[in-house]
Amino acid sequence: MADQKQEQPMQAATSIDAIDKRNLDWFLDKGVQVLIFIGGISAIIFVLGIFVFITKEGFDFVLSRFDLAEFFTSPNWRPTSSANPTYGALALIVGTASVTGTAMIVAIPFSLGAAIYIGEFATGKTREALKILVELLAAIPSVVWGFIGLSIMNALIIDLFNVPIGLNIFNAGVILGLMAAPIMTTIAEDALKAVPDEYRAAAEAMGATRWQVIRKVVLPAAKNGLVAAVLLGVGRGFGETMAVLMATGHSVQIPDSIFDSVRALTATIAAELGETAVGSDHYGALFTLGIFLFIVTFLINLTADLVVRGIKKK
Amino acid sequence: MVEPAVNTPGAQAASGNGRNVVEIKNLSISYSGQTALEGVNLTVREGEIFGIIGPAGSGKTSFLKAINRMDLFSTAMEVKGGIRFLGRDVKDWRNVYALRSRVGVVFPLPVGLPLSVYDNVALAPRLRGVKKKADLDIIVERCLQRAALWDEVKDRLDSLGSLLSGGQQQRLTIARSLSQDPDLLMLDEFSIAVDPVTTMRIEDVLKELRKEITIILVTNLVQQARRLADRTAFFLNGECVEIGETEALFTGTVKDQRTLDYIEGRFG
Amino acid sequence: MFVATDLNRQNDKIQQRWRILFMVMTLLLILPVLIILLLLIIRGGPMISWTFLFEFPEQGMTAGGIFPALLGTIFLVSVALIASVPLGIAAALYLSEYAGDNWLTRVINLAIINLAGVPSIVHALFGVGAFVIFFGFGTSILAASLTLAIMTLPVVIVATKESLQAVPQAFREACWSMGATRWQTIRRIVIPNAVSGILTGIILEVSRTAGETAPIMFTGAAFFLPFLPESVFDSTMALSLHLYVISTQVPGVPEALPYGVALLLIAIVLVMNAISIAFRVYLRGKKKW
Repeated sequence: MADQKQEQPMQAATSIDAIDKRNLDWFLDKGVQVLIFIGGISAIIFVLGIFVFITKEGFDFVLSRFDLAEFFTSPNWRPTSSANPTYGALALIVGTASVTGTAMIVAIPFSLGAAIYIGEFATGKTREALKILVELLAAIPSVVWGFIGLSIMNALIIDLFNVPIGLNIFNAGVILGLMAAPIMTTIAEDALKAVPDEYRAAAEAMGATRWQVIRKVVLPAAKNGLVAAVLLGVGRGFGETMAVLMATGHSVQIPDSIFDSVRALTATIAAELGETAVGSDHYGALFTLGIFLFIVTFLINLTADLVVRGIKKK
Repeated sequence: MVEPAVNTPGAQAASGNGRNVVEIKNLSISYSGQTALEGVNLTVREGEIFGIIGPAGSGKTSFLKAINRMDLFSTAMEVKGGIRFLGRDVKDWRNVYALRSRVGVVFPLPVGLPLSVYDNVALAPRLRGVKKKADLDIIVERCLQRAALWDEVKDRLDSLGSLLSGGQQQRLTIARSLSQDPDLLMLDEFSIAVDPVTTMRIEDVLKELRKEITIILVTNLVQQARRLADRTAFFLNGECVEIGETEALFTGTVKDQRTLDYIEGRFG
Repeated sequence: MFVATDLNRQNDKIQQRWRILFMVMTLLLILPVLIILLLLIIRGGPMISWTFLFEFPEQGMTAGGIFPALLGTIFLVSVALIASVPLGIAAALYLSEYAGDNWLTRVINLAIINLAGVPSIVHALFGVGAFVIFFGFGTSILAASLTLAIMTLPVVIVATKESLQAVPQAFREACWSMGATRWQTIRRIVIPNAVSGILTGIILEVSRTAGETAPIMFTGAAFFLPFLPESVFDSTMALSLHLYVISTQVPGVPEALPYGVALLLIAIVLVMNAISIAFRVYLRGKKKW
């Protein structure tokens, strides 16, 4: 080969085409790249798809029957009334809000406290064990939580507080708080971990105690991540379905006390969708609740994302 | 189309042919707008060892990356100007993977892929479609021998490449590059993480290889360039300050005072 | 020099107090759940038997076993995995191997967060609108599994992406520099070194999918069926929905029965999670690089 080349200097020009040609691997690579790109944007397609399809099913109702003022101000959710069905979602919104609020009162202090303990105080094996335990707690299915509310918590609340019904805001709130706390703990601990160790070392070198370091250095630096953790916890509580379906007592009313039964937005869809005829007003109304839920959780997640992005920019 | 033995068209550089393997015209490289290298013109001739010296941050590594088009997978890196490899501008190559397969690269820190020693060396032939065990055996043994590693690893070809010592891994990387059957071998400060004895062994390997392969040797050791390179370029702060016959540079025949200062160790 | 001693001692005391407070909070978070788990085991444990696992429900689901629900859950999870694993791996490959730092990547990441954050009942509505009605699958295993697949897609994506990104960039560059195409690099170097992490993610997804209830309620899971599904176009019973049904919808169910179902469900989920965690811990100690 080499001899040939020396005899014919022009060979170089032709031999490069022999080297530089597109082979099967080249085309395979391009093909795979297209497939992977489709996979890459699938999440966008699905989120759009969710919005499009729930809007499509709720659209007729929104156009013909939906009354924005009634939806947000009337506590009367009577979709099955044959004479005069009304679609006021206020009681459902209040139901969801009261349960989520109670859940956050339970979950925020405990999950932040646990995150600080696991992230800043605990060491070695204890720390690993606690992290794994928290991760396992986050995995308990919501229907099991609902069942716990229904069976164990219900009886406990009736005994402890001497109230007639144990299925109420308090029950669902505590259940939801216990459900959301492990996830919030994990996210909050990640936020604490993201604070560079140099910050801690610098503060400790100045003679600060561990707690002073946490309070003056770590917590302020991790602030955004902690806010995001709380927001995601709120989103989770807001969208939780099975546990609130089973533990709230399921009665449409504006509650007076924490021991009143309520009904949540999600639970309403879960309880009623099975009994509606496709295309009916009631069916459309439930999808409209879905649109509302979608938009609110979307905004919560977007805010959380923007808050987290705020950290990264710094 | 596939030849198991280490001999394919355009592969072997008959020394003294004088063909230019790499021709650089007015090359500039920047990362996200920050200039790393500017206005470089040079040619690398077939069969020579072309040395590049210069302090850290002078743009030597970027220069190598531009030749085998590693800028393609990096959104930050931007390359301007002409680079011709085997007579064709690297941006005009229809199959960039074919281009890369003709260029062997040895990195500063040895990268033993998490495969067995055998699979490390057999990877490149396999990528171009060599399947027969017998053919692969020949290539693996030959490349490991040329990289002066065969005697040390022949009894443990199945053990993990990344578990070899640093010096062995660096020779494994050279063997792997040779298995590509390249027209050009680019070494980027190969001795930075290996002991002096291994460095000398690898230098001996390179002296052997120069008869067959064109080599670009980027080095942080000026004396290494003197020992090995036919011609040497001096890069400083993204500028190619000087190119000349190595021996001439080291005997003081320089056009730019900075070159002499660097060679004589006054900075760097 | 020792002027500050009193202050130091006071600081130490404060620190100790906070430390104990946070420890108590952590325990308060974990203990109730452990007590609840214990109660489930005590009350549901006696229910678990071969008859319970492998026989049909009897007398209006107030007696007998839960076999069709258990099998149905296995069907639902399997079909969901077939749909979501390839898609999730492709999405993770895109994000880890191809995506640049640009707006599209940000939108994709936001979409993934949202997919995970949309309420499960909204996923159910989507399943009804898209798979049951629009694509005409009816209430079927297929419709329910696809709904579950989309809902749990983020689990696979996130776990896979993390394990792909853990493969050192130097390996890719070494492979590219040898003339490997991107796909050859992914197939020969990146995926083999990330496969265990990907498996961990899949196990985690199994556990998530098995426990979900709302998304399958109206898309393919039935309250009660006297027979087993024969194809993906049949509807099926499922363990999670079965727990909901017998604890809220059916009168006269003996108290221990739902405890048994809850225990079984939680055992499946926790065992899967534990396997996934153990796998991860084991791998961490056994890195090749």
